[in-house]
Amino acid sequence: MSETASRNAVSSSAAETLLEARGLHTYYGSSHILHGVDFRIGKGETLGLMGRNGMGKTTLIRSMLGLVKPRGGEVRVRGHAMTGGPTHRIARRGVAYVPEGRGIFPNLSVRENLLMAARPGVDGQCNWDYDRVMHTFPRLAERIGHGGGQLSGGEQQMLTIGRALMTNPDLLILDEATEGLAPLIVREIWRVIREIRDSGIATVIVDKNHAAVTSVTDRSMILVKGQVVFDGASEAVRNNPELIQRHLGV
Amino acid sequence: MDLVTFLIQILNALQYGLLLFLVASGLTLVFGIMGIINLAHGSFYMVGAYMAFVLTGMTGNLMLTIALGIPLAFAFGALLEWLLFAHLYKRDHLEQVLLTYGLILIFEELRSLAVGDDVHGVAVPALFSASIPLSDTLSYPVYRIVISVVCLLLAGGLWWLMKRTRLGMMIRAGSHDRDMVQSLGIDINLLYRTVFALGVALAALAGMLAAPISSVYPGMGGSVLIISFVIVVIGGIGSVWGALVAALLIGFADTFGKVLLPEFAGLAVYLVMAAVLLWRPEGIFKKG
Ligand SMILES: Nc1ncnc2c1ncn2[C@@H]1O[C@H](COP(=O)(O)OP(=O)(O)OP(=O)(O)O)[C@@H](O)[C@H]1O
Ligand SMILES: [Mg+2]
Repeated sequence: MSETASRNAVSSSAAETLLEARGLHTYYGSSHILHGVDFRIGKGETLGLMGRNGMGKTTLIRSMLGLVKPRGGEVRVRGHAMTGGPTHRIARRGVAYVPEGRGIFPNLSVRENLLMAARPGVDGQCNWDYDRVMHTFPRLAERIGHGGGQLSGGEQQMLTIGRALMTNPDLLILDEATEGLAPLIVREIWRVIREIRDSGIATVIVDKNHAAVTSVTDRSMILVKGQVVFDGASEAVRNNPELIQRHLGV
Repeated sequence: MDLVTFLIQILNALQYGLLLFLVASGLTLVFGIMGIINLAHGSFYMVGAYMAFVLTGMTGNLMLTIALGIPLAFAFGALLEWLLFAHLYKRDHLEQVLLTYGLILIFEELRSLAVGDDVHGVAVPALFSASIPLSDTLSYPVYRIVISVVCLLLAGGLWWLMKRTRLGMMIRAGSHDRDMVQSLGIDINLLYRTVFALGVALAALAGMLAAPISSVYPGMGGSVLIISFVIVVIGGIGSVWGALVAALLIGFADTFGKVLLPEFAGLAVYLVMAAVLLWRPEGIFKKG
């Protein structure tokens, strides 16, 4: 299969591996969700993670972060075996997560949401601080004293992304960052995602808009029922309407 | 009631309410943030009082005792959280209630083995043993004023910790979304352990401060526990600010209830609770 061939070509790239999973099996109770998933992302790389509803994208992310304990397989973060967590240690190795459905703290103000997360990155880098987040998201600056719960959906999403950046990550995982937002806001979010990518932070992007994902990312992965059916250059997905129709079309 | 008596009762109400706040603040944090109903919280007050008795016997100085007792209580709280309470977060309230009730019995038994069942007194520190004369016949002990001042400072410190420091922000965030806090690289278990130990230290401190003005006796944690739960519920579960307001309310209700309606003294507190909850079923301040 040419799909497998291209995966090998990409995953043997030289960049330092940030996050890696091998043969992950995850269950919710007795339902077997991930069936031996392999995953890898290197420094500075951008990866689109795609698949229809319920195929296991979120479960894969949560399994790698230790928020769900995988029953089989292995997770490595920067080469350290960290299967099943602890989550905070995985995060401290430079992984930041913007979860599906946002996850702001509504009982903290916008400012507090950002400040509580602030820390230097793994190599001590402090590229992202409060001022830079304010500069990147001018809309948040206007809402600084508001409670997180008083923000609109789009503002909440910006706050979650801004908060993730406050940890100065090397890898940012965005799960459905544009879901349910107005087109204008969605465009704004994609602009920021490009900016983050261009600043050298590796990104994993989960999004239903496969045209946007494949244009922003170098590499794409497609999950079907908890198995990887494609892992290769995003360009190859873009130019393959049949592949899109088969695994992503509605 | 003449003016001086009235003033004395106000000072008593303040002092009692503020002391209760020290116990209730830890209870409300542990309940509101970790979701634990800890019936053994009153035992920490009892342990504090006995610690005051035993350590003062050794050091001869209550203030030195308190300086030693706070870190001891904090360490004890951290250990207890690690051994026991950390395993309770995912359990339901019934299991928590059963286990922490058992813990009360264990603490009382250990206390009995270690220091016996006698009632003890602790001397007021010499530095604060004076009284301020308010009229020809009435005066007010300096030590009670000291208690009030210390409690007020601690209330301010706790407010500052929760509202102004990153630790406080993390604690509040942790009460809302455990997973998200961990995903940001924060060790939620350590955070919970710190909050729990802080609550234990505050309750034990309340016991140490109270030792010279109330006697030190077996089961003294029980009544404090019940009244502290009343405060937590009135104030709004998880709200430190609510606990302060509620504790003062209870301090006044109890003190003036005893003065004005001695026959129904025990009822005043519960009447206040019923009235507040009819007005605001979730307490004066909602969690936050
Ligand atoms: N907490 C849970 N308990 C039980 N089953 C779950 C749970 N979370 C997800 N599932 C199931 O696991 C499967 C994979 O879900 P997951 O959320 O990982 O998919 P997804 O690819 O992220 O989907 P979506 O595009 O809708 O976000 C689905 O069948 C879902 O119903
Ligand atoms: Mg999902």
